[in-house]
Amino acid sequence: MKALRKALDRVKPHFEDGGKLHAFHSVYDGIETFLYTPRTVAAMDGVHVHDAIDSKRTMIIVVLALLPCFLFGCYNCGYQHWLAAGETTFPFFSLFFYGLLSILPMVVVTYVVGLGIEFIVAQWRREEIQEGFLVTGLILPMICPIDTPLWMVAVATAFAVVFAKEVFGGTGYNIVNIALTARAFLFFAYPSKMSGDKAFIATDPIGTWAPAVPDGFTCATPLGEVATSTSASYPFDVFHGAGGQAIDAWQAFVGLIPGSFGETSTLCILIGAAILLFTRIGDWRIMLSVVAGALAMGALSNALATPAYPGTMVPFYDQLLLGGLLFGAVFMATDPVTACRTNTGKYIYGAFIGIVAVIIRNYNTGYPEGAMLAILLANVLAPLIDWCVVQANVSRRMRRLVAIEKKED
Amino acid sequence: MEIRIRKGADLPVAGAVADSGDAPVKVASRFVALVPDDFEGLTLKVDVQAGQAVKAGTPLMHCKANASVKVVSPVDGVVAEVVRGERRKVLRVVIDTEGTATADAPATAAAAAVETPQAATPEALKLAQSGLLVMVRQLPYDIVPDPSVMPRDIFVTAFDSAPLAGAWKFGPDDKARFDAAVDFLGKATHGKVYISRRDAVQMPDIAGAEMVDVRGPHPAGLPSVQVANIKPVNKGETVWMLDAYTLLKIGSLAQGKPVSWEQPVAVTGSCLRRPYIAQCVPGTAIGTLVKADNINEADAALHRRVISGNILTGHAVGEDGFLRYPYTQVTVIPEGDDSDEFMGWASFSPKKMSMSPSFPGFFLKRLFKPDARVRGGRRAMIMSGIYENLIPMDIMPEFLIKAIRSGNIDDMEKLGIYEVTPADFALAEYADSSKLPLQAIVRGGLDLMRKETE
Repeated sequence: MKALRKALDRVKPHFEDGGKLHAFHSVYDGIETFLYTPRTVAAMDGVHVHDAIDSKRTMIIVVLALLPCFLFGCYNCGYQHWLAAGETTFPFFSLFFYGLLSILPMVVVTYVVGLGIEFIVAQWRREEIQEGFLVTGLILPMICPIDTPLWMVAVATAFAVVFAKEVFGGTGYNIVNIALTARAFLFFAYPSKMSGDKAFIATDPIGTWAPAVPDGFTCATPLGEVATSTSASYPFDVFHGAGGQAIDAWQAFVGLIPGSFGETSTLCILIGAAILLFTRIGDWRIMLSVVAGALAMGALSNALATPAYPGTMVPFYDQLLLGGLLFGAVFMATDPVTACRTNTGKYIYGAFIGIVAVIIRNYNTGYPEGAMLAILLANVLAPLIDWCVVQANVSRRMRRLVAIEKKED
Repeated sequence: MEIRIRKGADLPVAGAVADSGDAPVKVASRFVALVPDDFEGLTLKVDVQAGQAVKAGTPLMHCKANASVKVVSPVDGVVAEVVRGERRKVLRVVIDTEGTATADAPATAAAAAVETPQAATPEALKLAQSGLLVMVRQLPYDIVPDPSVMPRDIFVTAFDSAPLAGAWKFGPDDKARFDAAVDFLGKATHGKVYISRRDAVQMPDIAGAEMVDVRGPHPAGLPSVQVANIKPVNKGETVWMLDAYTLLKIGSLAQGKPVSWEQPVAVTGSCLRRPYIAQCVPGTAIGTLVKADNINEADAALHRRVISGNILTGHAVGEDGFLRYPYTQVTVIPEGDDSDEFMGWASFSPKKMSMSPSFPGFFLKRLFKPDARVRGGRRAMIMSGIYENLIPMDIMPEFLIKAIRSGNIDDMEKLGIYEVTPADFALAEYADSSKLPLQAIVRGGLDLMRKETE
């Protein structure tokens, strides 16, 4: 490790002002602070000791919490492909590598585009590189259909990073969640590729070792099936997997169902949630209230179930097993920058997401999944909710003052 | 009366004074220095010149806006030097306790003596002239009080909850002086004198004062936190805050006796072989408090940070510095700028002190030896709820900080800037993963507010 430190010190002058590589200063700085904790010490006045936690660790823990979903996604992607090809044996490693190879280009594209813009902006503003995109860059491929063309992913990432983040001032100043902005951009710009029954199963053969999926293969996600269903009984007898087989609740819980890459497995999302809650990096108030809101709205729509809106007949407890709502609740609604920042506000914000997501799911058959739009809407409303909570504190202070003035009169 | 502080934290830092019951060690240094920057809110003019003899109690400086407010010498001696920095700003006035006089008082001192007293009460005037008022702070703004404004109440804290702070203990011997002081201060306020303590053993009941038993972790010992939890300050109100050692000195003043400036100072920190309690005057040279033979062998070769005060709110003064306000503690910790850590953000080292359960140290019942490294880059505010959980006041700290950073006077007022001091934000500054200098931000906000409203 000494040698590495020495090597870094040796090349450092080239990156400083006047050095021939000074245009890459932020890149050097990013790498140096990634490898070595900076030697910067506290100012002469103020706190002399700082907590060991920093932004890098916070972000890395979120990435860590995403990994179970990501790894399971790799397996499930292969599994769905094998099912679609009509296979009956499922070799674990082939499935896993098929999925990994399917998702990897997307991950690479989001990181190259997103971090590229981040590096350029950091250099331009003469700031440190911020690590927020580490999370965004991993979440985005996980919430996109697996067959999204790479150029679309690149365009959406660039759009989101520039127009949802950098124009506001970078990580910490954005109003809406970056990954969801990119996802929403894709959803509205290229709707045919983003939903329906052709998007969610990887059909690319990737060489000759994986089985081929027949041309014209289609398979909807369970929520897609609900939206177009005419059946009068739920939950799971109408849902079909990629092989045409029926899906049961256990499979939906484990995640062996068609869907966006990383969000099918309720089990893995719960593992991620446990990591975030244990480290206190994800906020329990938000997670809890999203779930409570979704269950309450689901129960209400069950009570008023009507065949005109087939979603209203899905039992409320199944809302959590299907689609991206739980993933959104755990990993995106909890994004501290775009969520409410007051404790009271967090409950309102979370409940709002849960309720609106289920309303969109159940009452708007054009959008089988409402989590994305619900979270984006809540992001926009979060400052307003916070404002109201803060005003309560302000008026309490005002009342105290008025009470004293009255006493003196 | 009892109040319970529910938010906050006691940092598990090594280097506290062992509770041995030993009497404080008397420490006297040849040079003693007072720093004008310690007396927040005052613009001070120096009344003495180098070579002039001074006695304990002789005014060294006076406030430009109100000449009655003095900063006095805590020792007998000769002014060795008036150290000035850029634009002739006075950095410190140094007194040589063994020097011989070579000059007389400058003519300006005589002019300052012919002052028009500006004080609300005779008591306030006496405090100002005795040099004790500059040891008191007021809310709003956390500055030296203006003696012409009669405070609503006076809050005294009889314990220090800061990391490694010494255990303050007052007994029956101190009671007479406390009684006199409370009686004296009672005439200087419209309201009451509150004395906050841990329990009656540590601080006896004083007649005439409202005794408040305070439970809970740091910042329970900060007077501003006590005010917020006992009777918060509103716009237009003023309260005074002081510690029990200052109260004792006020007791001597009230009894008409000479003020003894000596007080116990906890000399602490993980670099020390034997943390101890010293008995010394304000401005004592740090070198006499922290001797080289008291540094751990392991730390002797490393860079060290010598802090006058505690690790949350003190000033790094160096080994050649002087004891600064509030004159109660010295802390010596490793500086840390001579160590390299590979991928510190991924570390699971149990030696790291953190309030985050992502570090194993969080779960260990042990004391830590943190150094002065910031351990991360400065970022925008990202995580929420951290400040709120560490500041036991009915304010919205994060929104107040945002209002201050955007210079929004109206919002600062609405969000309670009159109730806070920079020290209230110290724990939040420690725990902040975005590494924002919250105390400096709050100080800036208080100064701006004062400038705009006065």
